[in-house]
Amino acid sequence: MKSLRLLTTSLAIATAMSTAAFAQTELTMWYHGAGSTVERDLINTIISDFNGSQSDWTVTLQEFPQAAYNDSVVAAAVAGNLPDIIDVDGPVMPNWAWAGYMQPLQLSEGALDGFLPGAIGKYNGEVYSVGLWDAAIAMYARRSTLEKFDIRIPTLDEPWTREEFDEILATLKESGEFEYPLNLGMADQGEWYPYAFGPFLWSFGGDMVDRSSYQTAEGALNGDAAIEFGEWWQSLFTNEYAPGTSQDMADHETGFIDGDYALQWNGNWVAVNTLNALGDDVLFLPAPDFGTGPKIGGASWQFGVSATSEHPEGASAFIEFALQPEYLAAFSDGIGLIPATAEAAAMTENYKEGGPLEVFYGLSEAQATLRPVTPGYVFQALEFRKALSDIANGADVVDALDAATDAINDDIARNNNYATAQ
Amino acid sequence: MRPTRTKSLQSHSLAGWLMSGPALALVTLFLIVPFLLAFWFSFTNQRLISPNPTQFVGTSNFEQLLGVGALVLEPERTEDGSLIVSETGELSYPRVREFTRNNPDYPQLEGMREWFGWSWGESKVLVLARDLVFMKALTNTLFFVAVVAPLQSGIALLLALMINQKLRGINVFRTVYFMPVVVSIVVVSLLWRFIYDGRSGLLNNLLQFLSFGQFQPIDWLGNPDTAMFAIIVMSIWQAVGFHMVIWLAGLQNIPLTLYEAADIEGATAWQKFRFVTWPGLRNTAVLILVVITMQAFALFAQIDVMTNGGPLDSTQTLVFQAVTRGYEQQNIAGGSAISVLLFLIVLAISLFQRYVTRER
Repeated sequence: MKSLRLLTTSLAIATAMSTAAFAQTELTMWYHGAGSTVERDLINTIISDFNGSQSDWTVTLQEFPQAAYNDSVVAAAVAGNLPDIIDVDGPVMPNWAWAGYMQPLQLSEGALDGFLPGAIGKYNGEVYSVGLWDAAIAMYARRSTLEKFDIRIPTLDEPWTREEFDEILATLKESGEFEYPLNLGMADQGEWYPYAFGPFLWSFGGDMVDRSSYQTAEGALNGDAAIEFGEWWQSLFTNEYAPGTSQDMADHETGFIDGDYALQWNGNWVAVNTLNALGDDVLFLPAPDFGTGPKIGGASWQFGVSATSEHPEGASAFIEFALQPEYLAAFSDGIGLIPATAEAAAMTENYKEGGPLEVFYGLSEAQATLRPVTPGYVFQALEFRKALSDIANGADVVDALDAATDAINDDIARNNNYATAQ
Repeated sequence: MRPTRTKSLQSHSLAGWLMSGPALALVTLFLIVPFLLAFWFSFTNQRLISPNPTQFVGTSNFEQLLGVGALVLEPERTEDGSLIVSETGELSYPRVREFTRNNPDYPQLEGMREWFGWSWGESKVLVLARDLVFMKALTNTLFFVAVVAPLQSGIALLLALMINQKLRGINVFRTVYFMPVVVSIVVVSLLWRFIYDGRSGLLNNLLQFLSFGQFQPIDWLGNPDTAMFAIIVMSIWQAVGFHMVIWLAGLQNIPLTLYEAADIEGATAWQKFRFVTWPGLRNTAVLILVVITMQAFALFAQIDVMTNGGPLDSTQTLVFQAVTRGYEQQNIAGGSAISVLLFLIVLAISLFQRYVTRER
């Protein structure tokens, strides 16, 4: 019944739009959030506002489930059927831009003033995509737990150091009150690994690829800093500080709230639920500093224009229209993400001054670091994930990092150093 | 009448082509063309996504996959030539990476990784592989086939013999045994993931209950030593019903008069099986062996849903690697090369099986 109703509504919307399309040029748009009614309502509001606000363009929406979205875009690109407007996960954008699926945006000057750096997708000096929001990760903790074990509450200016963090984990482990002191979310085998754990590596001083040239991972992913990171990473599992790769997804979702885990490294998208369950007791703490400063990953889903679009000016006009603070705020209120500008943040329930999630805006502003901005990132992310899984499962740290380094270098060589096509 | 009938059948060859046309077109489009493409891609650097033109690279994809090397490690000595012995009495050896990374004396080992090795007196002999993940996928797949093919056909035969009796309610058992085949392998894999769960899975709970709490829960899919066996047990459980039905069809094709004659001769149950049933199942046995072997080589869905090839590559398989490389890693050429190798392996084994089981 539900799918039938869905069908009739979408048909009704489609009919309504095609009638409104009289004398307007149609632009198609793809979005990754099928299944979420909140997101659909938000996007549809923007689209109908845009369609009503001018007489040149009319945007129609097609939604995909997130798991099938990237494949659909790749398949459509190969078949030459890309829509005008697509949305793209931030770190994947350089790959699509390099492959010729996307073209730079045509935004008016100053359109991106005041945007969080993680919300702007730049490649080769041009802006290809822009996000209405960013996401941030924090160390979830309970004030009561920290006070009980006499643990200092870290701040953005004074985060936990590595020694401090290791001691905290040891203390929590010894207390015997928790199944594991720390939940890293190892069950989530997707983009989570590079997004959530890459920043640990960066904070140690390593990286997935040498960012000065993007031509080699040698020294970045298997240098001294990276090996130190790898050994620390392995110690989390040999000391049983964190559940490993076979963690149950359900435990990952409820373990912190149930009190099985003392700390949790997780994104702001679970913050609202955690707040509802634990109230004032929950704290969102900044990332520990492992040597070169505390870091978290930046860039979430963003909007861009496909290379084959016949009306890029119309597509860009839509994206610029969508960047208005009220829409940024609406998305944030609807799905809990961090609005991309301070102006919009002030309009939201959670991120306004004194709001319960305000801290995330600060985290994103202060610590967000982009994942390597290169077409090869897609491959580097996979190798990074494999190396981290293997190390967690007991592989030799140096060998695992060497293997990932070689695989990444082979991939770069196979792709002609990811040089842009002439 | 007979010659005329043959003629009329032959004269309608157009109708024959038309009728087989749709099937032929689909088979060509979805089997033959992709096969030929994969063969061609495996000699190029074809990418899933790339602005660069595809280039012919000869056999380098295969060299990359199949490259192996050997390295003899001498134990480390102090300056006066005596062996360095650790406190536990073990010799210490230099790290393999000192030979395989940027070592101008060993250019042929560049980028290789340790596969396996053994001690040879004081020194250590190591076999290195250029693509260790592929080598593990290859050995895992061969191991899977070697275990599953005999075990699954044996259990299926046993089940078929059991349900080939005229008992009341035997259809219930037939249905129960056949049920897992009807359920999608993805669903079955998801269910078994819960069964194998390391903390509160059904299997661990059951074993603990049966051993009065003595049994320590095992993380079946998270442990490199048990993961492949867990997959094997689950795969056999899922597919055995199908082969049981084929055995059953074979059993029911054996004329009852043969059994009656054996009864008159006073044959025992084992003699009846050995000299009546088994010879009668000959062709069925060949079919089942070939089919199970091919299916076992195609192991993919269970891996994709349950382990993703981990932990520590203990459940990597050839098809899983082909898909991962081609699609996830965007390396169509690498995935195609694995597919071509898989095709050659399966072809060779099938021909060998045909030869061994031929009519003499």
